[in-house]
Amino acid sequence: MDFFHVLVVLLESTIRVSVPLVFAALAGLFTERAGVFDIGLEGKMLGAAFAAGAVAAVTQSVWMGLLAAILISILLSLVHGYASITQRGNQIVSGVAINFIVAGSTVILGEAWFRQGGRTPALAEGARFQTINLPGADAIRDVPVLGPIYADLLSGHFLLTYLAFAMVPASWWILYRTRFGLRLRAVGENPGAVDTAGISVIWLRYRAVICCGILCGFAGAYLSLAMTAGFVKGMTAGKGYIALAALIFAKWRPKNVMFACLLFGFLDALAIRLQGTPLPLVGQVPVQLMQALPYILTVILLAGFIGKAIPPKAGGVPYVKER
Amino acid sequence: MDNIAIELRGIDKSFGPVHANNDINLKVRKGTIHGIIGENGAGKSTLMSILYGFYQADRGEIFVDGKEVAIRDPNTAISVGIGMVHQHFMLVENFTVLENVMLGAEDSQILNKGIAKARQELKGLEKEYALEVNPDALIEELPVGLQQRVEILKALYRRADILILDEPTGVLTPAEADHLFRILGQLKAQGKTIILITHKLREIMAITDEVSVMRRGEMVATRTTRETSVEELAELMVGRRVLLRVEKGEASPGDVKLAVEGLTVKDSRGVTMVDDVSLEVRAGEIVGIAGVAGNGQSELLEAIAGIRKATSGTVLLNGQSVDVTGHRDPAELRARGLAHVPEDRHHVGLVLKFEESENAILGYHNDPRYLNGVFLDIDAIRKDAEEKIAKYDIRPPNARLKTANFSGGNQQKIVLAREMERGPDVLIIGQPTRGVDVGAIEFIHKRIIEMRDQGKAVLLVSVELDEIRSLSDRILVMFAGRVVGERSPEATEGELGLLMAGVEGRKEAAE
Repeated sequence: MDFFHVLVVLLESTIRVSVPLVFAALAGLFTERAGVFDIGLEGKMLGAAFAAGAVAAVTQSVWMGLLAAILISILLSLVHGYASITQRGNQIVSGVAINFIVAGSTVILGEAWFRQGGRTPALAEGARFQTINLPGADAIRDVPVLGPIYADLLSGHFLLTYLAFAMVPASWWILYRTRFGLRLRAVGENPGAVDTAGISVIWLRYRAVICCGILCGFAGAYLSLAMTAGFVKGMTAGKGYIALAALIFAKWRPKNVMFACLLFGFLDALAIRLQGTPLPLVGQVPVQLMQALPYILTVILLAGFIGKAIPPKAGGVPYVKER
Repeated sequence: MDNIAIELRGIDKSFGPVHANNDINLKVRKGTIHGIIGENGAGKSTLMSILYGFYQADRGEIFVDGKEVAIRDPNTAISVGIGMVHQHFMLVENFTVLENVMLGAEDSQILNKGIAKARQELKGLEKEYALEVNPDALIEELPVGLQQRVEILKALYRRADILILDEPTGVLTPAEADHLFRILGQLKAQGKTIILITHKLREIMAITDEVSVMRRGEMVATRTTRETSVEELAELMVGRRVLLRVEKGEASPGDVKLAVEGLTVKDSRGVTMVDDVSLEVRAGEIVGIAGVAGNGQSELLEAIAGIRKATSGTVLLNGQSVDVTGHRDPAELRARGLAHVPEDRHHVGLVLKFEESENAILGYHNDPRYLNGVFLDIDAIRKDAEEKIAKYDIRPPNARLKTANFSGGNQQKIVLAREMERGPDVLIIGQPTRGVDVGAIEFIHKRIIEMRDQGKAVLLVSVELDEIRSLSDRILVMFAGRVVGERSPEATEGELGLLMAGVEGRKEAAE
């Protein structure tokens, strides 16, 4: 394989692994821009993946699986919302609690229901997402350069993949071009301004949290219904945290979020690709180091390369009328 | 009585054990400027927050234009034509002026259409009331005077006929305040009703038609402004006769106790906050630093006190040099005779969750007087605290009470007692009477003069120009990090105001 083909394959798998990151980071964008920090993206994604896998296995319907994923994820979001908005609890503690509860309960429920060591049964074709071939993909595959880019890189992904990337401009439009978005951004900066303008801070933040739940639902469903055929315990493997890192790296802006996720996805794809391949100069690199690479780079990027990331000013602070 | 815009009947509100508003009655006539005056904690802001729907009254009725209305939230208040300019601006700092004005009053789900309409309407309002401001400027880039204008525009955009302003001049230069008063005059001429909340008597006299006085949650009197006097209002506010003028004799300055030379301080972003400042304070004199908040006074104080690093410059304390650019050690400075009353007593001066007696030794806890081997000598600490409580008339006189439960004035007295009773050579004081009631102000001013007369060198920073003028023996004015001029306390307010606004200073520097 020449370099060009290696690159196409690498970028294709970059897209594949970036999808859950894009969904989750956009999910985080909605709540954090509204002033509710959410470290529970990981847990919501995992819960959604489990719900999707379990329901799709039982109903044999991918759509029921997706619906279940979204519902469970919204439910978990509402728990976080209740703790941090209504009860004014600590948002980090609430998020961590959700991560732990989900990590434990998915294994227990999975074992109790399916007795496959915490997995859900492998899904048959109709119960999971199929890749979509874009029109004309096969016809132009042999055209040099453009052919492989269209046929191998852009075509042949899941519906959710296209949705994820469509959500980027959509999120931008919602945040910057609608009344809801204006208010959402305002409530993350100065909830007092929103309250005195006669808008309910609480209801607004709940809606932001629900948006987060929907998007995390897509992220989870992608993992168990598209990327693999069924749920495996702990299958999110820290993607929720990487998404959070991408969100900070992107300074809470939709377009940057996409590029940050693609960058982290690329590192991930590169690590998979380079496993077992001797590198020039260094020779054979241990598999573990390659696997750790994206995480190491995450630390380096966050520590030094982003300049000052200024989070939404009211982030993490429950709203209490002054007195 | 159809010329009454607002009538409150029997408004009652408690926060836990605090009776913030006790059976309040108030009538505000249409097309007038009505002042509400009272000390901090008298219940003015609570009352207005009830009128604006921010809080709910426990009892009582509100009539707007003669009709009873139940104001449950700001939305209802807005819908009956009430607008409010809050003391701390309710603006989103990284939004534009236009976005802030629109927020909550957007016409449609999609912004585009609304934006065009809002822009046009804003332009109309600007013209009608002479309130010019660039609609596309970000709030964080605007000076406070303009930010306040945006708040007023927000209310007008929502078609407010009744405008409540809560302590509007606290953050303004005298010139900006005058401008604000002209705007209010114009609004009144257009038939708007204005309620002005303030604790500054001078403002009440200057602009209001009628004034209501609140004290400890009760409405004690309403007067026609023309027929009352500053003295009468002060007495009504405090409940006893107060001395508004600070009495002090001539200063007799001695040796230089504190000498600052070429001090420059940068903040964490590298912005120069204090720019090459030099000053001297002699024993037995009070040097006041005037300036609008945010012109480097805070950073100057902190650098001298050793809690902020300076980038260059020297400081001599009692003739000996202090390492202001390197290692900072406030404890060492204290031992060398420097006492510091910080501007922000809640975050720097006190630990609010501590007992009074614990705060009374904060920073002096290594003094052998309070120690019993490696342990604190609690009895000695309490005894010491009780002495200070008696001497400074701190109320309630309970050394074991949590500090958060004292009023602002008494909290400030705790800090002052701690720093003054050490017998320092140099006392640096930031905002000695911020959030302090009139009665306590009188006491604090007297104590500061006493310190001077005992031969201490006092450096005073305050945003209250009246305070600077009545206490200082020399006045330095800071603008944009520099000392732009020195004046005697006899200088007029206008003269100092121009310096504070950076107008005169530039001329002086050029000459």
